[in-house]
Amino acid sequence: MAEKDGISRREVLSGGLRGLGLLGIGTATGALATRDKRDDEVWQIDPDACIQCGLCATECVLEISAVKTVHSHGMCGYCELCTGYFEPDPINLDEGAENQLCPTGAIERTYVEHPYYEYRIIPDLCVGCGKCVKGCNMFGNGSLYLQVNHDRCVDCNRCAIASACPAEAFRLVPRPTPYLLRGKEEA
Amino acid sequence: MKAERQKRPKASESRDLRPSTFRPSTPGGRIALFWILVSLVIGALPALGIERFPPPDFSGGHEIPETVVPASQARTQAWVDVAALALGLGLASWISLRLRSRKGLVILSIAALAYFGFWRQGCVCAIGSVQNVALGLADPGYAVPLAVIAFFSLPLIVALVWGRGFCAGVCPHGAIQELVLIKPHKVPHWLDQPLRLLPWIYLSLALLLAATGGLFIICKYDPFVGIFRMGGPRGMLLLGGGLLVLSMFVGRPYCRWLCPYGALLGLLSRVSRFRPSVTPDHCSRCRLCETACPYGAIHPPTTDEPSRDPDARPRALALVLLIPLSALLFGWLGGKVGLASVAWHPTGELASQVTMAEAGTLPEPAPDEITAWRQAGADRPALSTAVFVLEQRSLFLGRLFGAAFGVVAALHLVRVRFPQATADYVTDPADCVSCARCFTACPYERLRRGEAVNLPVEGGGRA
Repeated sequence: MAEKDGISRREVLSGGLRGLGLLGIGTATGALATRDKRDDEVWQIDPDACIQCGLCATECVLEISAVKTVHSHGMCGYCELCTGYFEPDPINLDEGAENQLCPTGAIERTYVEHPYYEYRIIPDLCVGCGKCVKGCNMFGNGSLYLQVNHDRCVDCNRCAIASACPAEAFRLVPRPTPYLLRGKEEA
Repeated sequence: MKAERQKRPKASESRDLRPSTFRPSTPGGRIALFWILVSLVIGALPALGIERFPPPDFSGGHEIPETVVPASQARTQAWVDVAALALGLGLASWISLRLRSRKGLVILSIAALAYFGFWRQGCVCAIGSVQNVALGLADPGYAVPLAVIAFFSLPLIVALVWGRGFCAGVCPHGAIQELVLIKPHKVPHWLDQPLRLLPWIYLSLALLLAATGGLFIICKYDPFVGIFRMGGPRGMLLLGGGLLVLSMFVGRPYCRWLCPYGALLGLLSRVSRFRPSVTPDHCSRCRLCETACPYGAIHPPTTDEPSRDPDARPRALALVLLIPLSALLFGWLGGKVGLASVAWHPTGELASQVTMAEAGTLPEPAPDEITAWRQAGADRPALSTAVFVLEQRSLFLGRLFGAAFGVVAALHLVRVRFPQATADYVTDPADCVSCARCFTACPYERLRRGEAVNLPVEGGGRA
């Protein structure tokens, strides 16, 4: 008789603790899941907070970063001497590789009319180093800026670049509007 | 020209971009001169938001292209992952407890490693999800994705019912270690048991850092994710490679002595409704199962009569005395760790750099954090407030998690010192990862399967 009591006491205790555990998990997850702000979110860079430190190119878990330069053409000055395109102290103002800031030649420069040139980003070549962005933001209009490209982003639970970002420029934004584009809100 | 350059207000920021001088001999010299004049003017403009060069009106009717951004992927992937998790958990529990099939678990492990590991590249994972949940509970402004909530809760709920099926065949971290274990060596009890407290320390620290500032150390120092992604920081790859080599000779070192989620699963498995029983019916105490278990998760018999538990009283006494003492001690210690952890937060780090900058001891060039802070307006009072709030929260949460660790450590110590009375070889519900090795080692299980076995002498395994 005493044996049975002992065993059943243990089972009752274990059952009680199990119930408690379920209740705990249920309460915690229930509280989190029913929160108002439970829109699906993705990582994005706030262009105004970005300081173009260059970590986007190296910290992403992807071999080639999901962060790439985006160009708001409407804000671009179409300068002949684009400080996002040219090395400081360029030998010539032409498309020679030695004159370009971009290490991968990912900016296409085409003549429009005197004295204007158009600059287009070739996303497949861009590695997200932000060199052009730095040049453009420092002396130009800031029409070039870095964004997480959501065709490539693998949606890490905690973005590796966000953890490394010295400017804390990474934010979670709603998935339906996953970009923080410049020039749109002003327009 | 030099003098002109120095007049530019933003000259200090431009050191790595602007030339020392434009060579007048270049064909672009005229434009360069124009540029320098323009830059004198525009340097006075605020840094952002104002267009220094107004977009041109093209006389030729050139159309300004739209800004192109690639569309985002559909959200279905996360739900496929959750479905795969649920399916895996069900299969793992069924195979380990019902089929008792080692082969089935190996196949499931390979599938899990391929899908959650190499295909999904180790993210999202249940181990890291505890940090999201901690941050979500601490910060009402943070929304935990529903898929992450599912990854956090499903394995825990399953553990309450069927034990650690997640570890057995769903977790890619467990699978990769399980599959490379070719020559298991036993780790002595006196070493294994204290090391099993490490995951709790890791968990407390991770929860503290996640809850106070969204610092996810479990993800940052994950050993295997670099292998899944076939690349990563060198330290991560070295750690992963080292652990993998160790896993060839020691069973699941990460699961046993590091995994913070495994600690939670083990705790809940302690009260699980169903648990693996080594023998299907009779235990002859042959000890073959204990020898077969690479994880030290099978306890030898302690008594011939399990109803008479000689340890029951001293165990209860030890628990009553030890738990409050340990909780107080580690609560106090946790507070200290909490305060110290502020230095690891971006905010704490920035504050110490700002202090150094003010004292003039910060090495040049200034770190990117300082540059970013200055660009954002260098709000010193706001930073001080942020650090103060962070310190208060870290102190409180450090004490809380420290005390919780104290309770766990006391329970652990008492359990190791006064094991539960048993007449048979039994699996430890918390330490067992349901790998099913012991089943295939048990002569009575093999008899049940209809294999030809020489049944061992009763009590043959006891020294």
